[in-house]
Amino acid sequence: MDQYYAGPRRPIPGTPVFDGAAAERGFAINAMCYSFNEDANRKAFVADEEAYMERYGLDAEQRDAVRRRDVLGMISAGGNVYYLAKLAGIFGLNVQDLGGLQTGMSTDDFKARLLAQGLTERRVAA
Amino acid sequence: MSKVVGGIFSSHVPAIGNAIAKGLQGDAYWKPFFDGFAPVHEWVERVKPDVAVVFYNDHGLNFFLDKMPTFAIGAAHEYANEDEGWGLPKFPTFEGHPELSWHIIDHVVGEEFDPVTCQKMTVDHGLAMPFALSWPGLAKWPVKLVPININTVQHPLPSPKRCFDLGRAVGHALESWKGDEKIVVIGTGGLSHQLDGERAGHLNPEYDRFCLQHLATDPEALLKHSVLDIVELAGSQGVEILNWIGARGAMDVAGRGSVVELASNYHIPISNTAAATVLLENREAVTA
Repeated sequence: MDQYYAGPRRPIPGTPVFDGAAAERGFAINAMCYSFNEDANRKAFVADEEAYMERYGLDAEQRDAVRRRDVLGMISAGGNVYYLAKLAGIFGLNVQDLGGLQTGMSTDDFKARLLAQGLTERRVAA
Repeated sequence: MSKVVGGIFSSHVPAIGNAIAKGLQGDAYWKPFFDGFAPVHEWVERVKPDVAVVFYNDHGLNFFLDKMPTFAIGAAHEYANEDEGWGLPKFPTFEGHPELSWHIIDHVVGEEFDPVTCQKMTVDHGLAMPFALSWPGLAKWPVKLVPININTVQHPLPSPKRCFDLGRAVGHALESWKGDEKIVVIGTGGLSHQLDGERAGHLNPEYDRFCLQHLATDPEALLKHSVLDIVELAGSQGVEILNWIGARGAMDVAGRGSVVELASNYHIPISNTAAATVLLENREAVTA
């Protein structure tokens, strides 16, 4: 028994844990998203999405999720949200839009749900 | 003798950069967050730190999955903020402190840590945001930088205890540094937030309050949770608390006196995040 092996990961509902298996599964889509740090690459993607996905070797499931702007599909195909956020930016979507898309809410409803939990707690030493 | 004068802990939500660019600090949505920095502004003006040692996480600017270090320490002469994919205005370039970086690297490897060392390194919003908040409106940062990156992207992440111990080793290095610079440590990111999955938007004020209550006086309380515990409690990006834990460790040097909280501000929501700002100060040991 390996005392340092944590055992099978316990599932946390609705919460992707981006581990080695996901990183391997998602390498191509994440590599494509990483390339979007450069403006010329963003423009090349916009000019021809299919050719750009071909260049980075996305598999059928990843391409389909990108075509459908299906965030949960991209994650399920190995996408990591830190990289996907760069792709989302090309589509004009911010992380609150992504929140709405993944929870089946409008962005406004998603924002309202966060605002409904609003609070401010402040301490300043005398 | 150099010394760690204090610690600044801050969320680093990218949208804060937009708010700064648009001058929205007084806007009803943003004011409760930005107001939390007033004590930080007063403190940096009074104390005037010379160097910032920053524990942060890269979000896919300098590091990609092809080579993903668990810990990486910058040893560059300068660190540029580059486009992260959104074409936002860039923050001023940071001046490095390679001599201090190598001293820290020598020391922490001596304490049996194994960091990646980076003579070329770009830095993203996760590092830059606390500077823009703590020293607003400057064309040149008034502190030199030593960046320490912790992997919060690809599991397995280092444990909270490992991050705290790395921070302590960094603290030992800072105590033994020959220079007379005043050093501030900075921990960035958090608190609870989750960007991905059906649970996107998850917040947990109860866990966040636990962290805020123990950060100054009993940081080891934060080490009782595993990384997966923290994912469950604080959300998949709430694990950025690891950066806070590392930075707090660097303030935790035996015989150095006490760490006291000068200010704490907690505000929900900033974008999808429970945002927090904490200012801690190192007090000299009192000798009879």
